[in-house]
Amino acid sequence: MTAQHHDDGHDPNLAHHFESTEQQFQSAKLGMWLFLATEILFFGGLFVAYTVYRGNHPEVFVFGAHFLDTALGALNTVVLIFSSFTIAWAVRAAQLKQIKLLKWLIIATMLCAFAFLGVKYVEYSAKWKHGLLWAGSYDPHVDHEEAFEVIEHEAEIHAPGGDFEIAEIDEVQHVAEGEIVEPVAVAVEVDTASAVVDSDRSTIAPAAQGPAGLAGPDSPADPDAIPVEPGNAKIFFSIYFLMTGLHGIHVLGGIAAMLWLLNSLRRGDFDGGHYTRVDMVALYWHVVDIIWIYLFLLLYLID
Amino acid sequence: MTEHTEHGPHVASLKLLVTIMIILMIGTWLTVSVTHFDFGPFNLLIGLAIATVKAVLVGLYFMHLRWDKPFNAFVFVSAFAFLGLFIGFALMDTGHYQDVIIPGWPLQ
Repeated sequence: MTAQHHDDGHDPNLAHHFESTEQQFQSAKLGMWLFLATEILFFGGLFVAYTVYRGNHPEVFVFGAHFLDTALGALNTVVLIFSSFTIAWAVRAAQLKQIKLLKWLIIATMLCAFAFLGVKYVEYSAKWKHGLLWAGSYDPHVDHEEAFEVIEHEAEIHAPGGDFEIAEIDEVQHVAEGEIVEPVAVAVEVDTASAVVDSDRSTIAPAAQGPAGLAGPDSPADPDAIPVEPGNAKIFFSIYFLMTGLHGIHVLGGIAAMLWLLNSLRRGDFDGGHYTRVDMVALYWHVVDIIWIYLFLLLYLID
Repeated sequence: MTEHTEHGPHVASLKLLVTIMIILMIGTWLTVSVTHFDFGPFNLLIGLAIATVKAVLVGLYFMHLRWDKPFNAFVFVSAFAFLGLFIGFALMDTGHYQDVIIPGWPLQ
């Protein structure tokens, strides 16, 4: 730490209160592990909230998970695992004084971190658009500009839609009884209404089963259909945003730490094989990865 | 403990790092594909088991815990142990409340 000059051939990287660079390195490492332990406990509070709510209200989580895109979550898991690999390789490069390789590996890890946040942005903005937010701002709705696109898109995916419609028209005609119902008009009405209900992105509960209403409870069950919204579904989104948000802040912190590494590298701090900083940032980044492994499982992969 | 070359720290071989990464990727694929089968209550347990294997691999090899001083591993693992206690006690507590205090409430 001291900026003074020493005539005793003292290693400039060794602080005075340490016996040797080895002791200094091991102290830094122990401090880092203690910090990581507090990080686990920091997230731990949210995992406890998750466990208690899911234990008491599993249906809220089954419902909420329908609105998370497993493909995007899996993509982010792959991105983070790959970045864990590149930063582990970076530690090896720093140990072996492969400075140029080290630089590129840190940059690669940082690009992965940005890619992760980019995917997260896509996910968050879709939630925002449909009002699937934390309790207090939870206001699910179909984005009208997009609704018809979604309907067309979903219609292809939900193959049983065809039979479903026919069944409904029959039912409507039953209900109509003596009254003359214009069949074409009914068909059109049922078509759009059922398509909206089918949409994965809509959380609007099925319309009431009035005379011209939709399929009753005995309509063909679609295994992929969204269950009726349970009370307090907003709790799922509160937990989702808190957990992924806190994790996202840690990813931002990781990017800042890697910028710091690049700056150290540029100054030549790693040229002498002094790799403590690279090791510490790598340990932090691996914890970010480990936490995401659990978040992906617990938030995205519910039934 | 593998032998330390001279006095330096352990340097993980690139081959080992690539192998671990591939295992982690396969684990991710497995976690996703296992959700397509219905094992009832075991789905969550299977998922947690795979995730834990992945976390242990990251800890042992990417984070060098396998070659590190055991005390560092002790510090890190104790955090998980205390988290387990926290979750366990919270679950024991929350299981002891009456579901419905006011009959007929909430109105569905």
